[in-house]
Amino acid sequence: MKVIVCVKQIPDPSVPGELVGPAHTLQREGVTLVLDPGDEFGVEAGLALAESQGGEVVLVSMGPERGADALRKGLAMGAAKGILVSDPGLAGADALTTATVLAAAIRREGFDCVITATESTDGYSGVIPQMLAALLEVPAVTFAKSISLQDSTMRVKRQTESGTEDAVVNLPCIVSVTAGVNEPRYPTLKGILGAKSKPIETCTAESLGVALTGSTQQVADVTPIAARGAGEIITDDGSAAAKIVEFLTTVKVL
Amino acid sequence: MNFDLTSTQEDLRGLARSFADEVVAPKAADYDVSGDFPYDIVAKMGDLGFFGLPFPEEVGGVGGDFLSYCLVLEELARADASVAITLEAAVSLGITPIVRFGSEEQRAKWLPDLLAGKRLWAFGLTEPGAGSDAYGTATRARHEGDEWVINGRKAFITNAGTDISAGVTITAVTGETGGKREISTIAIERGTPGYSQAPKYRKLGWHASDTRELIFDDVHVPYSNVIGVEGKGYKQFLGTLEGGRVAIAALAVGVAQACLDESVAYSANRTQFGHPIASYQTTQMKLADMATQIELARLMTWKAASIIDVGRQPGKYASMAKLHASEVATACANQAVQIHGGFGFMEEAPVARYYRDVKINEIGEGTSEIQRLLIAREILAPRGIRVEPNGPQGNGEKRT
Ligand SMILES: Cc1cc2nc3c(=O)[nH]c(=O)nc-3n(C[C@H](O)[C@H](O)[C@H](O)COP(=O)(O)OP(=O)(O)OC[C@H]3O[C@@H](n4cnc5c(N)ncnc54)[C@H](O)[C@@H]3O)c2cc1C
Repeated sequence: MKVIVCVKQIPDPSVPGELVGPAHTLQREGVTLVLDPGDEFGVEAGLALAESQGGEVVLVSMGPERGADALRKGLAMGAAKGILVSDPGLAGADALTTATVLAAAIRREGFDCVITATESTDGYSGVIPQMLAALLEVPAVTFAKSISLQDSTMRVKRQTESGTEDAVVNLPCIVSVTAGVNEPRYPTLKGILGAKSKPIETCTAESLGVALTGSTQQVADVTPIAARGAGEIITDDGSAAAKIVEFLTTVKVL
Repeated sequence: MNFDLTSTQEDLRGLARSFADEVVAPKAADYDVSGDFPYDIVAKMGDLGFFGLPFPEEVGGVGGDFLSYCLVLEELARADASVAITLEAAVSLGITPIVRFGSEEQRAKWLPDLLAGKRLWAFGLTEPGAGSDAYGTATRARHEGDEWVINGRKAFITNAGTDISAGVTITAVTGETGGKREISTIAIERGTPGYSQAPKYRKLGWHASDTRELIFDDVHVPYSNVIGVEGKGYKQFLGTLEGGRVAIAALAVGVAQACLDESVAYSANRTQFGHPIASYQTTQMKLADMATQIELARLMTWKAASIIDVGRQPGKYASMAKLHASEVATACANQAVQIHGGFGFMEEAPVARYYRDVKINEIGEGTSEIQRLLIAREILAPRGIRVEPNGPQGNGEKRT
């Protein structure tokens, strides 16, 4: 089977980022680009799926050409090849443009299953998986904790606010994977050395037949979140336990 | 000239760094206390290919270069020197002679499990009476029919007594020509009758590394167990040791870097007289000196490694790397404990472990005195001045 895993190169999250331009996008010039740490879970889920069924994983990404280095990590983990859509016209692209471009690359490559993260660590829009499903006209199952496949029926345990949900879906489909659900493998040393000779195909929006019509979504303003308050100290006057239970209930932990 | 690593070297180091931080470091203090051998970590290193890193794919290795191997050792040593020496001894002392001098049959028999890290192979050179003077080996191997019969003992041998130790290559006197002893290297598998390992030594540091005395009491092994050419064993391992020295230099740099990292973190947090101690110039100068010396040691290590990678013998450069890096590391550990004050003397502080673990780098695989001697020998050779460990009165035997 062919599993597509969508991955993103993002500015190294361990270095404080900076918002630039009228669209308030993250500065990508002059910073190190790395594979989004959240995507490692998708790559792991994709590799596990392909290994259980026989098949291969293809990474699909959109981003600047110099970020191809970040794809190498996924290739070192075991993906067979990478496709990088790189086009100056795509700088600052909104979610719908991004999804349109990714969908075109995925359609051209062909797929049985597309795996994405639930959201990227830098942009956090969290809508790409559903947009991809609409554009590719396949079902999307989001927030997956685990995936298993029998024949062409996929069982997905979904994380929801109130618990887990078992979803059943037929291939082809899109699954978004929650960060932390699996343990992304370390690439082997052989994998790292071999990743150099694996193909990374670069293409433009035009070569995929996508006409760029400009963003439909505008980020009007960005404000920093308020610094976290000091928290509440409950002194035990006999009612502390009840107060803590009440607090935990309001934040839906209980 | 360009000091940047290649992207592949960067990636290999990146993996080793994550592995060291996430898998090795969290257990280092516990292994140091228990002295247990880190089987779980060795197994994981084996799965990732660490043991095959600097060997060509034709023999089943990963096909990486020697510099990458040094980068991996540095990262591991930063987290736990015992884990790093376990890998170093397995690779540089155990596997390398079999790859370089072993026959087809020997390679086929032993290498697959060794390169996968499933089994470990040791190298036994040092004896109770023959350390720096390794030529003084008293262990003897007698040729009888199609066998060797071996008698003697080896001291301070790494990786020979673990549950996954498969055997040891030893040096032994196998004959004499013209009054000169002939030394050969011979492989002995674990479990061969007469070959036994004493209990683990109690050591100052490297607690989780396996070090033992080995005893050979009428041990019979096939004649074909000679590694390389009979009688040329001495020359063979002198060459092997050069690579090992560079690897020990990398290991020392790793411990030194850990000393600096801990010192920076601690001194930025520890407040005395109203300010962090890192705000005092005395501390700043110590940190600057440590950082500078570490960078120099790392550069020398990389230079020696890159000489190996272009296919030349590193010679004095290997000795310089090991000499400088090991002495810098000991000095850094000393300053790191000083910067930590009384807390640095507590076993709870990581720097206490570094302080105990670091000294051995100046001793193992050739002491600092022997490294200086080797460097002086190369420098003085063009002047016709012989540099021998037994002084100018020496009889000209090449003993180191
Ligand atoms: C933890 C550990 C692990 C080890 N692992 C191994 C292993 O796996 N395999 C192995 O074969 N060996 C191993 N060794 C042995 C190690 O290589 C030797 O300890 C080292 O070579 C020094 O030999 P020695 O201990 O006999 O010291 P000696 O040679 O007795 O040296 C004592 C002192 O005298 C100095 N000295 C000696 N000769 C001269 C001279 N001519 N001029 C000036 N100074 C001199 C030395 O530099 C040193 O300071 C290990 C040792 C340790 C402690």
